[in-house]
Amino acid sequence: MMKTIVFFLIGVLFGITLYMSEVSSWFRVYEMFQFDSFHMYGVIGTAFFFGTVVVFMIKKLKVKSVFDGNSIAIVDKEKGWKRYLLGGIIFGSGWAISGACPGPMFSLLGAGFYPILIVIFSATFGTFCYGLFRSKLPH
Amino acid sequence: MIDFLTHPWPWYFGGIMIALVLFLLLWTGKSFGMSSNLRTLCSMMGAGKNVSFFQFNWRAQQWNLIVSLGVIAGSFLASNYIVSTHDVVLSEQTIEQLASIGIQDAGVGFAPEILFSNDAFANPYILLLLTLGGFLVGFGARYAGGCTSGHAISGLSNLQLPSLIAVVGFFIGGLLVNHFILPLLF
Repeated sequence: MMKTIVFFLIGVLFGITLYMSEVSSWFRVYEMFQFDSFHMYGVIGTAFFFGTVVVFMIKKLKVKSVFDGNSIAIVDKEKGWKRYLLGGIIFGSGWAISGACPGPMFSLLGAGFYPILIVIFSATFGTFCYGLFRSKLPH
Repeated sequence: MIDFLTHPWPWYFGGIMIALVLFLLLWTGKSFGMSSNLRTLCSMMGAGKNVSFFQFNWRAQQWNLIVSLGVIAGSFLASNYIVSTHDVVLSEQTIEQLASIGIQDAGVGFAPEILFSNDAFANPYILLLLTLGGFLVGFGARYAGGCTSGHAISGLSNLQLPSLIAVVGFFIGGLLVNHFILPLLF
């Protein structure tokens, strides 16, 4: 129960951040792809910079998980490029249309933009279709 | 302080808070990636019966669904009780560009009316666009093995070349659609 509350609160923090920093705004995503503003690059760049520090320090100091005391395993991505490039292009195309990646989808729902439900349903269906055709796709 | 927090956050503060979320999830022994929730939803709804990709113990991923519920609650709080203005201050070029492709309300509000007001439910064409956008995001995220949080934040922070390739892909697709397809859609 304690863990559930902790995860919920981490989500609340993320949800507040996505809305307050306007990352879940369709307009901001459009502006990013137009290269008209530094805002989104600044958000992602700052998160990347401090994220790199976080990951480096966790590895360096061998930080243990707060719940069970186990070492924190940060799993490397599988090698390769086809799935990342092709999947990335498909993802980016959808991102430009819907203006929402999976985090902001939930953020927009909370903020009361109900047509995002259509996006969430179809994204779930898209994920299902990937699972269905996975063996036929280059990886 | 209160003033700072209730105005739309500057990029550096938003970035720091996202890095904090990454830290908290790693510290609790988990990982930061929102799109895996879509796979969990498929599995929860029984997709594992027919498709092996969804045959896994989805209950082990419940923590991430809880995070998503938190995101919904957090943005509900932010939009109703925290933020002092919903208007996104965009660059002049973006506002003009959007007006030229038929979106007139840039600079007013958080999201374009045409896509995200409840009127969209009565417009089959807009429903089709939202469906298409969502489908590509869901399909592409799983194909690429992650989305903005999984690759652009978690993966890049762990200096993963695959994540860099994925992010390059996000921008190839996004730029092409933004510049060449969106002007035809509205």
